[in-house]
Amino acid sequence: MARKLPATDVVIVGLGWTGSILAHELAASGLNVVAIERGPWRDTATDFPPAYAPDELRYHIRHDLFLRPAQVTMTFRHKVSETALPIRSWGSFMPPNGVGGGGVHWNAETWRFLPSDLQMKTHLTQRYGEKFLPPDMTIQDWGITYDELEPHYDKFEYLCGTSGQAGNIKGQIKAGGNPFEGQRSREYPTPPQKQPYGPTLFAQAAAAMGYKPFPQPSGNLSQAYTNPLGCNLGPCTYCGHCEWFGCGNYSKASPQTTILPALVRYPNFEARTQCEVLKINLDKSGKRATGVTYVDSSANEWEQPADLVLLCAFQLFNVHLLLLSGIGKPYDPNTGEGVIGRNYSYQVTSSVDAYFDDKIFNPFIASGSIGMCIDEFNGDNFDHGPHGFVGGGYLGAVQTNGRPIQSTRTPKGTPRWGLEWKRAVAKNYLSGYQVVTHGGCCSYRDAYFDLDPTYTDRFGRRLMRITFDFHENELKMSQYLTDRLAEVAQKMGPRQFDKKPRTGPYDVTTYQTTHTCGGAIMGADPKSSALNRYLQSWDVSNLFVMGATAFPQNAGYNPTDTVGALAYWSADAIIKQYLKNPGPLVQA
Amino acid sequence: MVAAEEIQITATSRSDPGVSRRELLLTTAITLIFSTTSASALVVRDSLPWSPNAGSPPTPVRPGPWAYFTAQEGAAVEALVDRLIPPDPQTPGGKDAGCAVFIDRQLAGPYGKAERLYMRAPFVDGTPQQGNQSPLTPAARYRQALAALDKYSRATYAGKSFAQLSDSDKDKLLAGLEKGEVRLEGADGRAFFELLLQNTQEGFFADPVYGGNRNMVAWKMIGYPGARYDYRDWVERHNQRYPLPPLSIGGRPEWVR
Repeated sequence: MARKLPATDVVIVGLGWTGSILAHELAASGLNVVAIERGPWRDTATDFPPAYAPDELRYHIRHDLFLRPAQVTMTFRHKVSETALPIRSWGSFMPPNGVGGGGVHWNAETWRFLPSDLQMKTHLTQRYGEKFLPPDMTIQDWGITYDELEPHYDKFEYLCGTSGQAGNIKGQIKAGGNPFEGQRSREYPTPPQKQPYGPTLFAQAAAAMGYKPFPQPSGNLSQAYTNPLGCNLGPCTYCGHCEWFGCGNYSKASPQTTILPALVRYPNFEARTQCEVLKINLDKSGKRATGVTYVDSSANEWEQPADLVLLCAFQLFNVHLLLLSGIGKPYDPNTGEGVIGRNYSYQVTSSVDAYFDDKIFNPFIASGSIGMCIDEFNGDNFDHGPHGFVGGGYLGAVQTNGRPIQSTRTPKGTPRWGLEWKRAVAKNYLSGYQVVTHGGCCSYRDAYFDLDPTYTDRFGRRLMRITFDFHENELKMSQYLTDRLAEVAQKMGPRQFDKKPRTGPYDVTTYQTTHTCGGAIMGADPKSSALNRYLQSWDVSNLFVMGATAFPQNAGYNPTDTVGALAYWSADAIIKQYLKNPGPLVQA
Repeated sequence: MVAAEEIQITATSRSDPGVSRRELLLTTAITLIFSTTSASALVVRDSLPWSPNAGSPPTPVRPGPWAYFTAQEGAAVEALVDRLIPPDPQTPGGKDAGCAVFIDRQLAGPYGKAERLYMRAPFVDGTPQQGNQSPLTPAARYRQALAALDKYSRATYAGKSFAQLSDSDKDKLLAGLEKGEVRLEGADGRAFFELLLQNTQEGFFADPVYGGNRNMVAWKMIGYPGARYDYRDWVERHNQRYPLPPLSIGGRPEWVR
């Protein structure tokens, strides 16, 4: 039986990027805020100092900073007719744990979505006609426009100190930036990172082919930066340990480097770590959240009452908690009705591995988000009419790491072990180069979440079940993007290159990205979305749900900038509208 | 705006000034609740819960007897890793690089016990894309498969253990496991091959503090400088070999002798 704690104004579930942003904005506006975090407190000096931060085995291979599947996992199946089985060890994606969440161990690739991405259904239907889209595709508009989101993208990027080069400031196209991006109100906070050899060669090849290469926007900073909260970040040293790792240099934008030092100074803020929220509590009407129940690390249950509940866990766990708490109508793929679990989407990446005789790339001189990219084949930046698919992605030379367990690639046809393998590794480590595509993923009627009928977590709660596979649209897209990428790779002058487009079936054991999206999406209609345009639950108006959970489908970019922008957009609506007149911000 | 924590700009020692070390403050109510019920749930208010020297560096592997393997298992694994990564004139093979020691110490620790993995029943075989569904821990998988391999080897090669086979017979057997053509009794030979190959390459390329990659031989072989952490001076020196030798998070051998 849970013991009841004194009530607070706001309870936040999860202290990652969105939890930290919301906690800061609401604490600054004078509310009493309690954040409850499942994992431990984490800080640079104590948890990932440079003395032992560059440890590939510990952090990348053994997943030291991540959630343990022993704590909670999901089950997975490709389709309704298959039996879902538990993901016993992480593979395809890496759910975060602990203060800072995924913001601790991301690559810090900080992209905005295209204006047309946010109105994908309307845009594509207008350009190509309704019949161009596959009948089982369930893409939707977001219920918000790029222009509405722009000030909040700006705010998140200035919080992070993002290093980049604008391609469009107030409608004026800038040379050297991404000419396809939506218009920005001003330049990036800091200039782009330096580029190693590989991205430089890629950019030369792409420019020679008539493309417009530009530096990838990076949350690993090119120079020291003090953000509006007074937090200081240091320059990136190109150590090549970003994704899966915490940054020992205070160079990567994370809640630790950009928000928490300021947040903890508010006397009206408190964080409780190693405490796992079991469910969101509702009153008898089912229309109002009364707070949350959580369990601490000694297995004691507590009830934390609150006027406002903010669900800020990682995307998968937000959906899981909504399902476990009985909030909103669960999605049913047979009828297409219901909203919780609806529209699970992911990301579709691919690569071309090129091997050279006369080049030294030094792949270990890296940052999670340096690189040169082109955006000609993203979103609807090109005519899809002749191709028979929708969506796209950026192509680029993104030099994230040269960590040898992960990144000792060998040319196609090389044995996987023995002397020939060993010689190929020695020959190609410095002179091989991988270029990538980073493509979007549409949503479909049969890609969704529900509760698993068989498997439970350590508290006896039912695990969440993922039903997902790649669809023909995405596989065609990946083939097309990979072919375009290979043309650029060939122009770089390799002796050999191997095309690796994404192929089906989806494999939960092999890492792709942690860009899992949807499950409680935002939109304009409560019949087809769980959240309104302010990320407020249609069903429970004092509950807001943050994160990529709200994405109706995924675009061809990394999601964090949009996650951060949506958090600021929602915080703004809570402060300026909701607090003055609590209740639904949009009438259903 | 609230005064923010002063953050050191470059990574230096833990004793650098500039980071507040105020003691963790707890509210009375919460202190009472948690002090009687919870050792590790932590309440953070007013300042970062930071204390000096609170890191958790890895514990270096020490040479010495096997921690998990029996002598016979150890000999088999040394022979196996030395065929997966054979010695050549430039670089030692898996055995002399310490891959068997690495695997032994890994199996004796949390990895071998599957401490972090979801190990709840029911255990049901699914599609390959659903991932490993074995109820056995990695340590148990090694024990089972090494026994089965020994049995197969002795039955097929006139009573010889795997370690006693010629190199070409070893390679033939390994290729058979990889392709699923060699069937072991009471163990999944193909799955074991994949596990062994993965762990062997982990040991070969991981930081030497874990017992493999002895003297950073694998890093020297490929030209990886290891745990250097600052390449600002080389990022724009295109197409030029990085000049410094590798460095482990445990330092360089000559520093600790």
